[in-house]
Amino acid sequence: MTREQVRQAILNIISDIAPDEDLASIKDEEKLRDQFDLDSMDFLDIVMELRKRFNLEVPEKDYQELVSMASSVEYLFPRLKDNELVS
Amino acid sequence: MKYDVIILGAGLSGLAAGIRLALFDKKVLILEKHVEVGGLNSFYTRKQRTFDVGLHAMTNYTPKGVRTSPLGKLLKQLRFRHDEFRLCPQEMSEIRFPGKALRFTNEFEFLEQEIAEQFPSQIDGFRKLVARIREFDELNLDDSQRIPSREVLEACLTDPVLIDMLYCPLMYYGSASEGDMDFYQFVIMFKSIFMEGFAKPVGGMPYILKLLVDKYQGLGGELRMGAGVEAIEHKDGALQSVHLENGETLTADKVISSAGAIETLRLCRPAVIEESNLETGQMSFMESIFVLDRLPKEIGYDKSIVFYSTEPRFKYRVPSGLTDVTSGVLCCPNNFQYPEPSSEGVIRLTNQANFGLWDGMTRSDYRAAKKEYRERGVNALLTYFPDFSDHIIYIDSFTPKTIFKYTGHLNGAVYGSPTKIKSGRTPVKNLFICGTDQGFLGIIGATLSGISMANLHILQAEAKSETGRN
Ligand SMILES: Cc1cc2nc3c(=O)[nH]c(=O)nc-3n(C[C@H](O)[C@H](O)[C@H](O)COP(=O)(O)OP(=O)(O)OC[C@H]3O[C@@H](n4cnc5c(N)ncnc54)[C@H](O)[C@@H]3O)c2cc1C
Repeated sequence: MTREQVRQAILNIISDIAPDEDLASIKDEEKLRDQFDLDSMDFLDIVMELRKRFNLEVPEKDYQELVSMASSVEYLFPRLKDNELVS
Repeated sequence: MKYDVIILGAGLSGLAAGIRLALFDKKVLILEKHVEVGGLNSFYTRKQRTFDVGLHAMTNYTPKGVRTSPLGKLLKQLRFRHDEFRLCPQEMSEIRFPGKALRFTNEFEFLEQEIAEQFPSQIDGFRKLVARIREFDELNLDDSQRIPSREVLEACLTDPVLIDMLYCPLMYYGSASEGDMDFYQFVIMFKSIFMEGFAKPVGGMPYILKLLVDKYQGLGGELRMGAGVEAIEHKDGALQSVHLENGETLTADKVISSAGAIETLRLCRPAVIEESNLETGQMSFMESIFVLDRLPKEIGYDKSIVFYSTEPRFKYRVPSGLTDVTSGVLCCPNNFQYPEPSSEGVIRLTNQANFGLWDGMTRSDYRAAKKEYRERGVNALLTYFPDFSDHIIYIDSFTPKTIFKYTGHLNGAVYGSPTKIKSGRTPVKNLFICGTDQGFLGIIGATLSGISMANLHILQAEAKSETGRN
């Protein structure tokens, strides 16, 4: 996956777990928690979706890397670059 | 074949737990004893009309865009859009006591204003109470602290009538215990009714249940109807297998049961001693549904829900007679903001009732008593409302006995045992409870209970995350 595809993969996950959100307006540098009121249950869902879709384990100490879109791409790109984008 | 998780009961909590688990590819099976899904909030058909069993109103209504409310969280966790629930907010509801009426809407300020007008000496105390409620963390799953609500209320308010008027809707819509409720439960109910609000889905419970079942099955979840569980086998306190009434044996790593705490422990083989420490619930209700030849508004029934007492002091306890008609809940399902008006007018009436007395009657006495107490209930309503007897085209009533028959909850206790097990743990390893006896009540509450127990005991346990509460 390219960086852009990793970003798309994260967007796909967020749009699945928060179907009412308009993600076109997402600000990559801003905290997801603040933009969409994502709580710990939602972050757990993101982590579980990453495992389900890409077989990727995010250890708990790394959860903080998923704080914004930009930091998530930064963290996930090296780990996902050999994966294919799935919906 | 071994399942990851078997769930007992296809009520709201069981279906919600099932969806969460199926979302993450767990091999999950829901076993439901009855032939319909929904449990305490199912539906039934008589003379070509479909009636909701439990639904007066969905509490906890918040509009689209509110993400942090219980409804907002529930939608995200089950991955529904707000629109998919097709919720239509209430118009206006009311609490009626002799000489006093407090109206309320889904805007909390409206109730505050009513109290300022009707109970001017109490408004400061009321605001103090509201501040306590706002800062309270009612969702903490830690069981240790117990605060009786009455103490908190009496520290803020001095007028016993206002206290009773506030209790009345909260008790009717969610108290498993007689007399008083635990403060965390009071806070849950206060927020869900007064600070959030009421709504009804277009299509009623059949629609919501179908939405849940379709999602669950679409994700690969299995559902078996008419599949009552007869025993849960364990060995030295660790789960072994599940036995069905038809003689089949099934195995799973974990079992979540929504059948009730005591009800579930009674299924355990060998017997589990802890059962004796749990209280059985007692509070149950009689409900009558009146189909009218016109809309309730045309005959003077203009509120969505009315919680009333014909006596100055409100009592919430198992009545000494069959049914206590001195207080009740009157629901006009038509008086919600539906996009299109429903064709038939309906009035529903709920009164507190005594399971033991209803259950002990012979068939013919039972029928006669249903009719008698329905009429007494309507007569008591006349204290405040116009007579609608001439407009009734169809009547149906159910009692605590009916509720027990269709849901298996002991004593037909709609809100289960007064002792809630917030952690969902049982003495048997890998057997958990969700729903009514876990502590979140009502439609939204039960659904959240299923979600949080599936998260806590299966999904988080697996992700080894310590997010703890939710
Ligand atoms: C008359 C009435 C009015 C109500 N009004 C409202 C309202 O207006 N608003 C609101 O929010 N809530 C209302 N409620 C409450 C709400 O319906 C419940 O809180 C909620 O539905 C409880 O869901 P649950 O999943 O915990 O339990 P249940 O719905 O009871 O689910 C348990 C399921 O387990 C099944 N089961 C039991 N034993 C076994 C077994 N051995 N094997 C297999 N299956 C088994 C049962 O058949 C049942 O389907 C009302 C309830 C009633 C009865």
